[in-house]
Amino acid sequence: MAQITLIEAVTQALAYEMKHDDSVVVLGEDVGVNGGVFRATQGLQEKFGELRVLDTPLDETTIAGVTVGLAVQGMKPVAEAQFEGFIYPMMEQIACHAARMRNRTRGRLTVPAVWRAPWGGGIRAPEHHSEANEHLFTNIPGLRVVLPSSPARAYGLLLAAIRDPDPVIFLEPKRIYRQYKEEVPDDGEALPLDVCFVLRDGTDVTLVTWGAQVKETLEAADELAKQGVSAEVIDVATLTPLDFDTIAESVQKTGRCVIVHEAPKTAGFGAEIAARVAEECLYDLLAPVERVTGPDTHIPLFRLEMKYLPSTERIVEAAERALAAS
Amino acid sequence: MSIAAKFEIEYLQYLDAEGKQVRKDLPAFAKDLDHMVELYKLMMSTRVFDAKSVALQRTGKLGTYASCLGHEAAHVGIGSAMKPEDVLAVSYREYGAQLYRGVQPREVYMYWGGDERGNDYQNEPARHDFAWSVPIATQCLHAAGSALAFKIRGEKRVAVCTIGDGGSSKGDFYGAINIAGAQNLPMVAVIVNNQWAISVPRKIQSGAPTLAQKGIAAGLHCIQVDGNDIIAVRKAMEDALERARNGEGGSVIEAVTYRLGDHTTADDARRYRGEQEVKDAWAKEPMKRLRAWLVDKGVWDDAKEEAWKAECDEWMDNEVNAYLETKTQPVTAMFDYIFAEVPADLAKQREYVLSLEKKGH
Repeated sequence: MAQITLIEAVTQALAYEMKHDDSVVVLGEDVGVNGGVFRATQGLQEKFGELRVLDTPLDETTIAGVTVGLAVQGMKPVAEAQFEGFIYPMMEQIACHAARMRNRTRGRLTVPAVWRAPWGGGIRAPEHHSEANEHLFTNIPGLRVVLPSSPARAYGLLLAAIRDPDPVIFLEPKRIYRQYKEEVPDDGEALPLDVCFVLRDGTDVTLVTWGAQVKETLEAADELAKQGVSAEVIDVATLTPLDFDTIAESVQKTGRCVIVHEAPKTAGFGAEIAARVAEECLYDLLAPVERVTGPDTHIPLFRLEMKYLPSTERIVEAAERALAAS
Repeated sequence: MSIAAKFEIEYLQYLDAEGKQVRKDLPAFAKDLDHMVELYKLMMSTRVFDAKSVALQRTGKLGTYASCLGHEAAHVGIGSAMKPEDVLAVSYREYGAQLYRGVQPREVYMYWGGDERGNDYQNEPARHDFAWSVPIATQCLHAAGSALAFKIRGEKRVAVCTIGDGGSSKGDFYGAINIAGAQNLPMVAVIVNNQWAISVPRKIQSGAPTLAQKGIAAGLHCIQVDGNDIIAVRKAMEDALERARNGEGGSVIEAVTYRLGDHTTADDARRYRGEQEVKDAWAKEPMKRLRAWLVDKGVWDDAKEEAWKAECDEWMDNEVNAYLETKTQPVTAMFDYIFAEVPADLAKQREYVLSLEKKGH
């Protein structure tokens, strides 16, 4: 069985679903002959033709609105925003229509669509190519916000996202697009949405994260293990609707919670998790909740960007502070 | 210097403001006088419906309402030219087109009366049309996406969007006509130019002498019609729909009309436009000319007018009663259509709101 990267897992999921469901179409800028600037759609146009893998005019608003129209007509469009920083012109169509169509029409019209976007920093890209803005979507009712963190989860969650009857924002951590390979059987098996994945069991501290930071967080857990600390690592995967029960169960067990994300700290999605921990697990806590995040600044251009992103060291330090508090 | 390309915009009118036929070549549908009477009757019922809506709002029985007074020829012309299998994506005042396609007045009242069920159109073909789209011009891209779906599936259907003169300034409109041209989509965009985008007049909306010509940049067929002449609107629509259905390209139609009422019931047009202008516009309104033409043809008279008016009043009274008798949705309805199934996390909030309800909060 072939070992594949996260980006290849995205391609594999798209190809599988397009082969088995004629209503699945891919659209975006450069997704056709070029196979996408990251090659997520490589080879798809050859297999499925120019209409089902459609190079659109260079206008994000058009991509987003056409996606809504396709979906209402019973297609299952998978739209690509070339970079997360270019998704802003799509916001009106996503927030005002995709997220509301089912509610507006009492279920008469629906938008079973996926918006994919390469997300986050760390690839030495120009300005606007390194955004982490998942929190802008998590406050919009009617959307699922999903971030895979491994090739297998990219494959399984993207299949689930395409099959879901409601709109999904699927944010792909581009920093780990090609970081490592793993075996991902092309068996069409979706993973469940709306659940967190416990990637590592532990008893002393709960590390909660998503997307590219899963890598540093797992590394931090390894470091902590060397100190005799047992860290549990949770990949939230679907931010909304949130599976808080899995997080609560863990925090009740460990009494310590460290939340890691690369988006700016204030009103980032970590704030929601911290608030839930305060609401539901306050008396289980042995230490204040820690957040390891990007600062409330724009992600710097690439000479400084790694100083911005949460590092393994910062995560270990936060866990150590939590452990020292009790 | 040589000419790289040259364009012109045709203007189409059959009936002038007095109902005098200015062209001899009547299209086939207009030779069917029974059908023309039907169109006139729907224009009239639309006007009766509209007056009823405004009255409901003024008496506190409806929320903010966007009147269609003066747009009857444009809207009925659009709706009546479409086939049932086509799809209509409107903004929020195209009732004449929607009533033709089966939207019930009570549904319009429900939407403007604060109940989402008004968007759950019960009758085909409206049932597969889009709901009202308040964010300006966004519906144009829904039509483009629908047209793309029809093209991918090889269906002989056309997606129609309507847009105002103000809406034609928005990127969504340009994006929609642009991809319609680039992909040869079966789409027709109708700019219902009623001269006013709330308080902003047509002349400072665009420097283009016609709004129809915006379609030229997208490679679409373009025409400007007298939007108060239903024969012109309907003819332009029929031609555009047939071309689109046959894979011969999309169209932009500019229907020039006038918003005789306020933008919505929350607006007061006297703040920004003069009485004389409105008076002049009333002289060109769409009902009078069609009535004169039908009377001249001997197929309409005062007695018929009175009888149909009475029927419309009765119809609308029934619709108003049905609307007023509609029970408010249960409070849980706000949760039940966010996703196909209520997710566990949302279900907890649903339970909480339900518990408040039980406590009488």
